[in-house]
Amino acid sequence: MHTADAPDPTSGALGPILARADALYHDLTLSAVREHKEAHGAKAIGCLPIWAPRELVDAAGMLPVGLHGAGDRVEVIRGDAYFQSYICQIPRSTIEVALTGRYDLLDGFLFPAICDVIRNLSGMWKILFPGKLSRYVDVPQNFDPAVGGAFFARELRALAEDLSALSGRPVTDEALHASIARYDENRRAIGELMALRERAPHKATASESYLVIRAGDVLPVEEHTAFVRAYVAAAEASDRKPRDHTRVVVTGAFCEQPPLGLIRTLERAGTYIVWDDMTLGARWPEGDVEGEDPDPFVALARAYIARSPATASRYEPSGEKGVPLARLTHKSRAEGVIFAAPSFCDPALLDQPMLTGALDREGVPWTAFKYAENLGQFQVIREQAGTFADSIRLWSDR
Amino acid sequence: MTSEADAIQKEPSMLVQKAMIAEHYEKLAHAKELGKKVVYTFVPGNLTELMNAFDVLPVYPEINALSSAMRQKAGRYIAEAERLGHSEDVCTYVKCDIGMKRQGNVGPTGQPLPPPDLLLLSYTGCFTFMKWFELLREEYGCPVVMLHTPYQGDGEITDNMRRYVVEQLEREVIPAFERLTGTRYDEDRLKAAMAKSAQAEDDMVAVLESAKHRPSPIDAYFGGVYYIGPMFTAFRGTAGAAEYYAQLRREVGGRVASGEGPITPEGPMGEQRYRLVVEGPPNWTNFRELWRMFHEEGAVVVASSYTKVGGFYDQGFRHDASRPLESLADYCMGCYTNRSLPQRLDLLERYVRDYEADGLLINSVKSCNSFSAGQLLLLREIEKRTGRPAGFIETDLVDRRYFSAANVKNRIESYLQMIGEKRRSRGARGARGEEVRP
Amino acid sequence: MKVYVGIDLGSTTTKAVMIDEGEQVLGRGITNSRSNYELAAAIARDEARVSARFTLLERELGEAPELARFRTRLAKAFRKQQSLTQLAAFRDLALEEAGADRVAAIRAPLTAAVRRVLDGMKERVEKPSLLEGGAPAKTSDFFRDRAAADYAKLAEQIQDRTVRFDDLMGIFDKAILRVENTELDLSFAGNVGAAIEEATRGLDPSVGERGRGAVLRVAEIPLDVGCVIGTGYGRQTLPFPREDIRSEILCHGLGAHHQFPLTRTVLDIGGQDTKAIQVDGDGVVTSFQMNDRCAAGCGRYLGYIADEMSLGVHELGPIALESTRTVKINSTCTVFAGAELRDHLSNGQRREDILAGLHRAIILRAMALLARSGGVEEELTFTGGVANNPAAVEALRALVRENYGERTLNISPGSIYTGALGAALFGRRGLEARELAA
Repeated sequence: MHTADAPDPTSGALGPILARADALYHDLTLSAVREHKEAHGAKAIGCLPIWAPRELVDAAGMLPVGLHGAGDRVEVIRGDAYFQSYICQIPRSTIEVALTGRYDLLDGFLFPAICDVIRNLSGMWKILFPGKLSRYVDVPQNFDPAVGGAFFARELRALAEDLSALSGRPVTDEALHASIARYDENRRAIGELMALRERAPHKATASESYLVIRAGDVLPVEEHTAFVRAYVAAAEASDRKPRDHTRVVVTGAFCEQPPLGLIRTLERAGTYIVWDDMTLGARWPEGDVEGEDPDPFVALARAYIARSPATASRYEPSGEKGVPLARLTHKSRAEGVIFAAPSFCDPALLDQPMLTGALDREGVPWTAFKYAENLGQFQVIREQAGTFADSIRLWSDR
Repeated sequence: MTSEADAIQKEPSMLVQKAMIAEHYEKLAHAKELGKKVVYTFVPGNLTELMNAFDVLPVYPEINALSSAMRQKAGRYIAEAERLGHSEDVCTYVKCDIGMKRQGNVGPTGQPLPPPDLLLLSYTGCFTFMKWFELLREEYGCPVVMLHTPYQGDGEITDNMRRYVVEQLEREVIPAFERLTGTRYDEDRLKAAMAKSAQAEDDMVAVLESAKHRPSPIDAYFGGVYYIGPMFTAFRGTAGAAEYYAQLRREVGGRVASGEGPITPEGPMGEQRYRLVVEGPPNWTNFRELWRMFHEEGAVVVASSYTKVGGFYDQGFRHDASRPLESLADYCMGCYTNRSLPQRLDLLERYVRDYEADGLLINSVKSCNSFSAGQLLLLREIEKRTGRPAGFIETDLVDRRYFSAANVKNRIESYLQMIGEKRRSRGARGARGEEVRP
Repeated sequence: MKVYVGIDLGSTTTKAVMIDEGEQVLGRGITNSRSNYELAAAIARDEARVSARFTLLERELGEAPELARFRTRLAKAFRKQQSLTQLAAFRDLALEEAGADRVAAIRAPLTAAVRRVLDGMKERVEKPSLLEGGAPAKTSDFFRDRAAADYAKLAEQIQDRTVRFDDLMGIFDKAILRVENTELDLSFAGNVGAAIEEATRGLDPSVGERGRGAVLRVAEIPLDVGCVIGTGYGRQTLPFPREDIRSEILCHGLGAHHQFPLTRTVLDIGGQDTKAIQVDGDGVVTSFQMNDRCAAGCGRYLGYIADEMSLGVHELGPIALESTRTVKINSTCTVFAGAELRDHLSNGQRREDILAGLHRAIILRAMALLARSGGVEEELTFTGGVANNPAAVEALRALVRENYGERTLNISPGSIYTGALGAALFGRRGLEARELAA
């Protein structure tokens, strides 16, 4: 549904880009992945949120595929049979999609350490799909390069061996360096997109950026890099006019994703989302990996240790909970923070009081609500976000 | 420990345990005068021998939370935490602990608990632990030392995982204790404690395995909670714990010899009509009521996974003084909730068979995703593998709002009657000369 | 003759079923569950006993049309006689309430008005149209409902400025509560005499004589109750020994199997809970799953929706069937039901399309429970109040087809009695087993 508040998505060069992004997002059968596999005779590996070492998959000659649940696009029956009502939605839809054969084309799955639910899902996968590679990726919570970093580098090597065994192509240092370079480039392109959002959020809207970044779930990395840059160029060139919207940061949505309708609802309620953590994995680590260490495994591990973004599933050794969020808010010139967490998300919800405490100390206004990826009605959230945006506009000195 | 527990404690071993606990809380109450440092830490993967080697006093927030629930104080504490902005959705142990702290931090014995000098975040088998101590760090403003315990995602402890934990012990945890106490790490003290642990562990395993007898002399879930108490908390590696388990083993041995069942809060158990394996933590707000529901139907628990959360001993692991840090690492990574779902499944299957159980009953608690996510798959797989029925009840750890007595009772009764009817039906078919599936 | 009775004490209604030695249903009874469970059980049981006499009478009279006509007349006259008994009791209590001190200010006019209402009610009951003539109006089986409808209608006509409608209804509320808690003689023996007189009036005397003879013979048959088994949520409060109580899960399984012997899966959606049950070839439950604490997707959810739309709950299904384009509803959470509904209405969605979506959403929840319990591999029987809702049945049929392929879906018109029937069957089989053992 198109309303006067939303930029016209079909105008100019943006039209075809957004149409493609939208089609990729809605295609639960992963036909882009199928086409890639057929064209290159390659295998594909599904990667759950938040961050997975996609460089290793790529270096082993396989396509990493980002899995972010099925949103509001499937009816969940089998998935519900495996989870109690107090568990979040993403594992349900993930199992539903898998049990209905739509992940059959994936040859393996990586389950990064993010919470107990995704962790246990990795074991469920081993039981339900014994023929598939399924690996839990334990990321270090000790941030001493000599301890956590060394452990992680060794873990990555072991994972690379498993991936190589599946693809038949060894992960050589050269191949991994090349993959890292491709992903560094991709992260730079996404960084340009994020910078445009920060600079001119009326040109690169949050919902569009979201779709464009999510296209990286299924596209080969170089193709996605070009795709992101094409969008940035087209958005920059558009003649969209700024509105009197409130600049906000949205946080808490790093794993189970809000439905697209919810992101659009926030925009229609009068906000410019200048930063969010919805696609955090694609922007992780911050900055280049290459250059951390001549050994590419060590480089990946070190980059993780040194430059991971602050998020709920990562331990914060500094003791400064919420400080990175406050800093980010100031840096992006956001006027408020919206905490959008999935229902029953222990990491995001337990983090929240610490983060809001830090924002209160800094005088940053915030509001909070919960969602599920298959949420069907946005009325209450629209009113809440609208009131929040209005109150900031009314009471700020700008 | 509590008035409810008082009614349960009837055997000499229980009195020994009670005295140990009272003494520990007494020491905590006077930690400052005694010049003792206080370390808060978690039950799974706890480094008790190491803490004892540094002569610090441990406090276990989970134990505080569950004992608050048994004393019916948890509701107030949880409400306090929710008032502070915590979501209704999240772990109630955390909320209960935070609420308790905000309302004076009064421990199970009615004496206030000292604040921590150090938070030892032994992060074993539960992501929420990490959030919990980040929250406590803000409450107390004290240092935290993190011990990241890698998960057995592929069902094994690799050399890399062990090395990582040992390096963290050497480079983070032990230096943190040295800084805290001003004393040097004395490996001989650690080794001596670990040797004592192993001795008590032998006795505890014998007690848990006594449930293979018919009738079972113990209840390995409700009763088991008391049996694991000293081993899972401040006392492992102490002379007191060794004495307790030796005493307990004698008592249980006596019951085996005389063919007696466990003593329950409702008195000695009568005919044991159903033998069950239970998966999942107990509910603490209605602990005794839930036990009574089992007792009334003649159901005895012969094995449980909960009695393995703070250490996994019945599959051969013992604290090993000859390789102290490696052994501590293996202990941490071996706890039940640090094991993969396939490992948990194998284990539950083995329990159902080895303990000749009629089936598996799962108590799914709302608070604990580490336990609960995947339990419905475990249920289905156990039925498939053993041909014995699995039952499912839903409660919470310490939040009364999630305990519906009528609902739980209905499910337990239905489950047990189903086992009874199946048995009868098999008997009838056997009498008719039809084939009977085991 | 030996008979067996099953009583299902549900959260809203109490049902009784009486069966004979050959496991044929003789009689059924239903009443509102009330605070006095024992009385509700007694009333349902007595009604089943009366209904059994009519079944026996049917067997005695055979197929001849003139005798069948006698039987129909007798049944109507009998009901009228029961109604008069109930009405007489109600009358005494209502007049007593009208004379109470509470309403002293308007005592005289109130008493007069109540008397007029009561006279009007009696007139309605005695109307000859009850005996003869076309299709009887669809009235409730419960005296409370029939009386309430008549009373309210008359009260509306009779109210005036002194005695207002609310005054009159106040008397009704007090009196009906008391009459429901009074044990009345509604038995066959106590009411059939007058009913025969009325039923034979105007009939061919020879038919009348044969009918009267048959009634007297049937009245003489001793109904020797071998066993009463209780089930349902209120079963704990039934005045039965423990061994005579069965879980409603087991009773539903056995009852459904008895009605449809090829059933292997039973889905029961009641007011407060949903159950998915798997049974074997003997009707023995092999696994079951129930909804959790959250009542989303149960009958009560439809109640909320009906209230929200100002419709009767029985109107929802037929309206939903008119849908041409089902709206996708994601939440069956009772808390959000209203908001989501209003959201869709304000978006211009048609009422029937929204309702179709709501019914599908409810059945989706049930499908998850079915999947949890083991799926739908063979015949499925749908029971409980929601099984009377045609849109729910259609949604179930469609979703079972989509997920499991073509399956036979059984729905019994007496599905509400399934649990009580299962209980009666347990009674007969249990007694048989006991006698065999002895």
